[in-house]
Amino acid sequence: MSHVEEMSHVEGDKKLDLLITGVGGQGAILASDIIGKAAVISGLPIRAAETHGMAQRGGSVVNHIRLGIDLGSMIPRKGADIMLALEPMEAVRYLDFLKDGGVVIVNTQPIIPVTVTSGLAKYPDVQEILDTLSEKYIVKAFNADDLAYEAGSRLAMNVAMVGAVSIYLPIPKETLIESVKALVPQKTVEINVRAFEMGRRKVEES
Amino acid sequence: MTMREYMLGNVAIARGLLEGGVQVIAGYPGTPSSEIIDTLASREDRDYYIEWSVNEKVAMEVAVGAAWAGVRSVVTMKHVGLNVAADPFMTLAYAGTKGGLIAIVADDPSCHSSQNEQDTRRYAQFALVPCFDPSTPQEAKDMLPYAFEFSEKFEIPVIFRPTTRISHGKSDIELGEIPVDKPAPHFEKLLDRWVMLPKNARPRHTHLLSIQQPMEDELAESPWNSLELKPDVRLGVIGAGIASVYAKEALQELGLEASFLKIGTYPVPKKLVLKLLDKVDTVLIFEELEPVVEEQVRILAQEAGLEVSILGKEGGFVPREGELDISAFLETLKKVFGLDIEHESGKVSLELAPRPPALCAGCSHRATFYSMRKVFGKDAIYPSDIGCYTLGIQSGTVETTLCMGSSISIASGLYHAGEKRPICCSIGDSTFFHTGMNSLLNAVFNKANITVTILDNRITAMTGHQPNPGVGFTVTGEPTVEVSLAELCRAMGAGSVAVVDPYNLEEIQEAFKAAKDFEGTAVVIAKQPCVISGKRAGIRRVPYIVDPEKCEGCKQCVKFGCPAIEFDEENKCAVITALCSGCGVCAQICKFEAIREVKR
Repeated sequence: MSHVEEMSHVEGDKKLDLLITGVGGQGAILASDIIGKAAVISGLPIRAAETHGMAQRGGSVVNHIRLGIDLGSMIPRKGADIMLALEPMEAVRYLDFLKDGGVVIVNTQPIIPVTVTSGLAKYPDVQEILDTLSEKYIVKAFNADDLAYEAGSRLAMNVAMVGAVSIYLPIPKETLIESVKALVPQKTVEINVRAFEMGRRKVEES
Repeated sequence: MTMREYMLGNVAIARGLLEGGVQVIAGYPGTPSSEIIDTLASREDRDYYIEWSVNEKVAMEVAVGAAWAGVRSVVTMKHVGLNVAADPFMTLAYAGTKGGLIAIVADDPSCHSSQNEQDTRRYAQFALVPCFDPSTPQEAKDMLPYAFEFSEKFEIPVIFRPTTRISHGKSDIELGEIPVDKPAPHFEKLLDRWVMLPKNARPRHTHLLSIQQPMEDELAESPWNSLELKPDVRLGVIGAGIASVYAKEALQELGLEASFLKIGTYPVPKKLVLKLLDKVDTVLIFEELEPVVEEQVRILAQEAGLEVSILGKEGGFVPREGELDISAFLETLKKVFGLDIEHESGKVSLELAPRPPALCAGCSHRATFYSMRKVFGKDAIYPSDIGCYTLGIQSGTVETTLCMGSSISIASGLYHAGEKRPICCSIGDSTFFHTGMNSLLNAVFNKANITVTILDNRITAMTGHQPNPGVGFTVTGEPTVEVSLAELCRAMGAGSVAVVDPYNLEEIQEAFKAAKDFEGTAVVIAKQPCVISGKRAGIRRVPYIVDPEKCEGCKQCVKFGCPAIEFDEENKCAVITALCSGCGVCAQICKFEAIREVKR
């Protein structure tokens, strides 16, 4: 269980800066809400910043989550301990925020932007993205869309990713699951809890 | 026992209004302010009146009426909304209020979702009204009950100015009590206050000037300003609003000692500034956008004859544009002290594809723009407006965007300037009701030979699907008159008005051709519900697929720019993904009948 050593400093003071990156519509806000609600239940101060409005229409989005912090909601450059990337290219776009040697958890399922479908730009090779990330950071990569599908619905991808990052958070697993149950649509609780567990296992086993 | 909840800044602001006993709320949607009214409207136990107004000026006046009836009222808008509402606001400062009135004006440093990044604190200075500048969502909530009381005590409207990072920040919030008893409305006929004839306005101006110092003194003592003097430290830092928390955290990180003045109210608390200036040799002023605090500090230092080195926007130590953050503060320190702060970039050599926001798969605006361009051609001029459709810039049919409602009037100006090319402008339904109506009336009145396209997607989409006068229900979902855009345009004198379905390419292109040939102001209303709100309302369409046998790989459908259409380079064939919402436009574009509905 190498991650315990990697992140031991986090467990100490319960401060953790987490960046969630992805594409508008992927459920980055719900992912951050699950963590936020769980933080409040476990008595941790939390600050977060979100992308709304113009940036939502399929554009690139980035959410800042700061656990154990009672000042501002913006993570400084090179300040994030962990990045949770819901889409591979969006992991690279915000690397400026991640600490050297930080952890990046990547969903390897690409979403092709219109700039690529219309031939204006090229989507980089996913393996090349992962290789580049591995040079400086600790990378945990898997296809969270497929994992969520296995759990019962592709829509649970964001919750599978929360499960994946959960092992690093200074919040008990049970509290996070309680928060998942409270925030996802009632009919999908079972699928989402399963997705959470499967995501968590992916990182535990890596 | 104290209650803590995890909340969006705007939800915390809504809570603060409840804790302050608000009775009337009006506003016009605009990022980053919209969720305040969305939140208050969705509460079931409402003991207040709430509305989405047709524009900010109207909303301001509704709030004024309520405040003059002695109840606590609020008007919400984004920063540029105050430009629209400036007319009532400037004179309201003279007339004052009875019930507390808070104008919540949300600024957007960095233009995340805006056409400019004007600083509302300048309006407060201009109108001579106090301004509250929260540094965290918690403080934002806590300030509001105070702001109501302050407004009532001095009988003056106040500005409350969150920024994007407050409104769209999230935080654990400690909740307070919501009062149950609220005053009954009573309009007192104080004609020398409410009728701003010159003879009444002059003494009210004198009165407004006379309360400036007492207001500043009272605000200086409020919990929203704080001065922390460190003995034997010659460096002072002044942080305003949200910038103060960035400065504070950066100082803590670096272990740098400095006396610290946090400012949360305007007029700038001069007393506190002087106390700080007296104890330091150098003062660094960290505030977003305009040097509002900095200018006051410079004036004060000069008046008091203090030899203090003042560092801020002047000299380029702090940027005057864009939002600030902790990294920006570190950059400032680097400039000031030549500090060696390691700041190696995390950039890698991979080339990334840009991912700008785009119109949704099946968005009717894309279909309208496609047909508009087909009929009017590349030489025509295409003024446009503010809404989701501004994202249609890649369709080649958005060539101007200035402010709400400007598309039609700019089109008129282009025509009257003598432009001989065809002019076809576009404006959304909500934007048309907001200020586009005046522009259409003016275009008709002054005989502008232009085509006006109203992109009627039956909702105010960009800001999160708020109702407008065309949809038939109010903010709380209550049924109301559904104003007909077509009848409205005809009543304003438009000579040619057509209502068409933009998903039907033949129909809309015929309408555009007729409008282009029409001598005078022609209106084409492209009516089709927003795909997002349509889906929520239960509209289901059969998705489409490409028959690879028939596809010739001509890419005409790909060029349409729908996010649901991709191109398989290997098989030289278009592919429609699961994003397809079934609008069927691509099937009409395809010359080879290769696109058809999925068989059930």
